[in-house]
Amino acid sequence: MALKDITLGQYFPGNSPVHRLDPRTKLICVVLYIVALFLASWFVTYAIMLAVLGISIAVSKVPLKSILRGLKPVLFIVVFTALLNLFYTPGNTVLIHFWIFTVTLEGVYRAFFMVVRIMMLISGTFLLTYTTSPILLTDGLESLMNPLKKIRVPVHELAMMMSIALRFIPTLIEETDKIMSAQRARGADFESGNLIQRAKALLPLLVPLFISAFRRADELATAMECRCYHGGEGRTRLRQLKYKTADYLTLLLFLAITVGVGVLGHFGL
Amino acid sequence: MSVIIRTDALRFAYPAAEGVTPVVLDGVSLDIEEGSFVAVLGHNGCGKSTLAKHMNAILLPSGGTVWVDGIDTGDEDRLLDIRRTVGMVFQNPDNQIVANVVEEDVAFAPENLGVPPAEIRQRVDDALKAVGMYAYREHAPHLLSGGQKQRVAIAGVIAMRPRCIVLDEPTAMLDPIGRKDVLRTIKTLNRERKVTVVLITHHMDEAAQADRLIVMAKGSVVADGAPKAVFSRVEELRQVGLTVPQTVALLWELRQEGYDVPLDALSDEECAQALYQLLQAV
Amino acid sequence: MQPIIETKRLTHTYSAGTPFEHTALDSVDFCAYPGEYLGIIGHTGSGKSTLIQHLNALLKPTSGQVLFQDTDIWSDPKITKKTRFQVGLVFQYPEYQLFEETVYKDISFGPKNMGLDSKEIDRRVRSSAYFVGLRDDQLEKSPFELSGGQKRRVAIAGVIAMEPKVLILDEPTAGLDPEGVESILGNIREYHHAHNATIILVSHSMEEVARSVDRLVAVNDGRIPFQGTPREVFQHGDELEKMGLGVPQLTRVFHRLRTMGVDIDSSVYTLDQAKAAVLEKLKGGMG
Repeated sequence: MALKDITLGQYFPGNSPVHRLDPRTKLICVVLYIVALFLASWFVTYAIMLAVLGISIAVSKVPLKSILRGLKPVLFIVVFTALLNLFYTPGNTVLIHFWIFTVTLEGVYRAFFMVVRIMMLISGTFLLTYTTSPILLTDGLESLMNPLKKIRVPVHELAMMMSIALRFIPTLIEETDKIMSAQRARGADFESGNLIQRAKALLPLLVPLFISAFRRADELATAMECRCYHGGEGRTRLRQLKYKTADYLTLLLFLAITVGVGVLGHFGL
Repeated sequence: MSVIIRTDALRFAYPAAEGVTPVVLDGVSLDIEEGSFVAVLGHNGCGKSTLAKHMNAILLPSGGTVWVDGIDTGDEDRLLDIRRTVGMVFQNPDNQIVANVVEEDVAFAPENLGVPPAEIRQRVDDALKAVGMYAYREHAPHLLSGGQKQRVAIAGVIAMRPRCIVLDEPTAMLDPIGRKDVLRTIKTLNRERKVTVVLITHHMDEAAQADRLIVMAKGSVVADGAPKAVFSRVEELRQVGLTVPQTVALLWELRQEGYDVPLDALSDEECAQALYQLLQAV
Repeated sequence: MQPIIETKRLTHTYSAGTPFEHTALDSVDFCAYPGEYLGIIGHTGSGKSTLIQHLNALLKPTSGQVLFQDTDIWSDPKITKKTRFQVGLVFQYPEYQLFEETVYKDISFGPKNMGLDSKEIDRRVRSSAYFVGLRDDQLEKSPFELSGGQKRRVAIAGVIAMEPKVLILDEPTAGLDPEGVESILGNIREYHHAHNATIILVSHSMEEVARSVDRLVAVNDGRIPFQGTPREVFQHGDELEKMGLGVPQLTRVFHRLRTMGVDIDSSVYTLDQAKAAVLEKLKGGMG
């Protein structure tokens, strides 16, 4: 698989109701959604959360396949935490016992919910990045964090850095691909050997990549200066963020869901 | 006609390292007239890119002066005025596109200038139409071809409404189609919008399309005039490491054989015409 | 003659099974002969880059075969690895792959990976540096101190040092000024003669391929629409134009002359041929 096939968190342009929401609404909703996920405790609350996620995905028209594909890279972590929970949860109903491992019914439930929680957490955040262009996302973050300017947090600079980083990820991935091919053409071997050999083998890839990244940064800085960039002061924006009725309704809905799940979860449902 | 950029005895040297003082520009005095299409030709390291970077105060002279629309580029308070008057496009389109969406990128300069949102929208649409990339306004730049990216970069500069654009080897990394598209865009901007164009290049055929051709070598101007006149100085150009278009090269060879052919027949038609007349005369 | 390298019904599909699926090569039969200087022309996205990356086993065919000296290069992992050394590939802008502290070390990267002894490595580094016109005192410099053109020579030397039987160069002169173009093309010609190697030059510039190669292969839309001597290929002026390539300027001028009613050989493509054609006409008088 070529590196460029990875579409991790890549924006899917579209015009669904989810796409059209204000990025700030989506950011707040994702935060509320994550809070709710941690408040959920049993089948009822998890079912509600799954329904929230399912409906959101359906409305966004993002193909389910893309969301599932996004889960692939984190599969290892998911399995790992699941196993940890499976074996190390103390409980009364012992299902299997061998050597030092004990699997309890509580452990099974806990591992199951843990897996569901992580997957839903990731799917939810992916839905945010899939439906919000990185520019809007950074705009939203910048706007939400604006109050922090008062305590001298360089909000604009941070947002600019983030959006430039997002802009250059595909370019650098492509470049990595190219340099890898070029070094493989000279007999470099990135796939075999022990850990130290492999780390050493990365040098012919990393050195050119860093040099190129610095060169790009330097050229980009000049190009930005040429286009009159002089910090956040006096800057206007092409897109003005504006909450609409749909935004208020969505926010209210998510707030209600979070409170509801919190209450239900509190009662162990 | 008024002068938009004037350099007077412009000298530039990088800080000396190990006793050698690399002089990059050595007394360059030029007037770029408003509305003209000027090409600057020279081999790598002749100082042409350094000259370009002086035209909007990215670099400041070590000696001499540069004026943009009458403003001394050393005047820090007028920096934004200078940069919005003279826009700059570089060789690698990837390294000058800031945003993930074409139209957001084109909006970058007007945003920096504090243009009201409604007007930014207008300028962005207008700039994208001017370079023929309006249909791609919602695309991600990294999925475009090199030529398309470079046209987006040009639109990003046009959106500042500059009176002059300096392009530093904008086609060096492009394929023939990309080169053709970019060159056509530049010419249209010059003709229809009266934007002054300074095109830095080492492609003879591109330089041949300008109104005025400046040839640089070792930090100085060695030839300056209409492309036809400059290209007919075949030996001088070869001495400074440049070639001439194939048409001129052929006519020059024939002249060496003692035939009376004009040396200023640059285009296909002119060259064919010149050969036709030569052959008819026999 | 037996081809040194050939592809049989080579097909390559990128990102198969995703929305980005794209067939870059469609059942391509390509071959190159020992000792020939071959040009590949094609527009960006025509499939030419995909084709050359198959020739040294960087890409695996989706279907079809790549044969090096009659052996399928994917038939055995050992053969696959050996092919990488026998078919040298210089990428576009190869200077961006330099990474070592000194020019010498960078050039020796390939030979070292081949498992050669240090004496042989030394010989190869020096001889390849000589081919690309690097001076001995430059070998101990950092490659990053060199000028753009010199960096490119170092990168080309890094591939030549593997002494490949087939040397493929993707746009080796991109972004260079006329002097730089001349000297790189000269270096390649020298290697061609000295090793009797097969050279495959990929280029956008019709003038450049016209004066270098014996045979031309045009790639378009993942297929090879025509191939032959430059003279034959440049007869397809209109098709080449449609492919975004065109023909050399002098070929265009001579076509124009013919339409003006002059009976002259319109298949010229280099300056020397054009000059000879005009002189012959002048000496022979108007027919």
